Amino acid sequence: MIKATVNISLKAGVLDSQGKAVHHALDSLHFKGVSDVRVGKQIVLKLDETDKTKAMAEVRKMCEELLANTVIEDYDIELS
Amino acid sequence: MKVTILQFPGTNCEYDTQHAFKELGATTEILWHKSQSIPSDTDLLVVAGGFSYGDYLRSGAIAKFSPVMKAVTTYANAGGKVLGICNGFQVLTEAGLLPGALKRNDGLHFISKHHHLKVINNDNVFLKELACGDLVNIPIAHHDGNYFIDSDGLKDLKQNNQILLTYTDENGEIKNPNGSVESIAGVCNKNKNVFGLMPHPERAMEALLGSSDGIKMLQGFFSA
Repeated sequence: MIKATVNISLKAGVLDSQGKAVHHALDSLHFKGVSDVRVGKQIVLKLDETDKTKAMAEVRKMCEELLANTVIEDYDIELS
Repeated sequence: MKVTILQFPGTNCEYDTQHAFKELGATTEILWHKSQSIPSDTDLLVVAGGFSYGDYLRSGAIAKFSPVMKAVTTYANAGGKVLGICNGFQVLTEAGLLPGALKRNDGLHFISKHHHLKVINNDNVFLKELACGDLVNIPIAHHDGNYFIDSDGLKDLKQNNQILLTYTDENGEIKNPNGSVESIAGVCNKNKNVFGLMPHPERAMEALLGSSDGIKMLQGFFSA
């Protein structure tokens, strides 16, 4: 079994208003030295596939078709 | 004039939409998303507002895989007229039938109020009853109405007169409630048969209820 962890975040250049709000809140709590905050989502998949190359190709397809909207989002896949 | 209105689990504007088009004299049918086909006598297909699939993952992201969406794509590609309102707009962008995407509002709040809109292009069946520069006062009610398109896409929209409406104040000056690129409230596809907007013209049919400006918008489809 392979576990796939997909991290999805807004593309660089697409304003992340949630990240901005969190950044502002951290600032009001006096957490200084934070230069940027991005808020995204994480999707964890358990796959029957045992071949990592095949699993990666399959998850990438899932991201392109459903998990991410590539007009505004980037995705990153980790297998373990 | 036959208007077919799509209904997904979580759609909640289908009856308002039906009422609006009936008032204008159309025959209507509400079509459940499990249908594999669109009624052949359909003159206009409306993807109504609401929260299809609870907005899970992203607004409109799951609805695009509903059985009916294949038929919607075939219908649209054959030149059939499609109107997506609010969540319907989100579904149509997710399905790739309209350019761009709808993000969370910049202020992070759900916004529900009347808002003025300016007609930017009227060389299309939807807005031809209105003149460019006309203002309408139409309710908006959304959390994810922040229209995004990259700069190349925006150039295309402008070149092909695909920007339908922008958010303004009552004097027609830009007033952007949600952070949309260039204050865009609605767009159409290149072929000008697929339309999407976040505001709800079907909720602006009675002066007594605040505005009847939706009538002029929806009427465009009748004289097509």
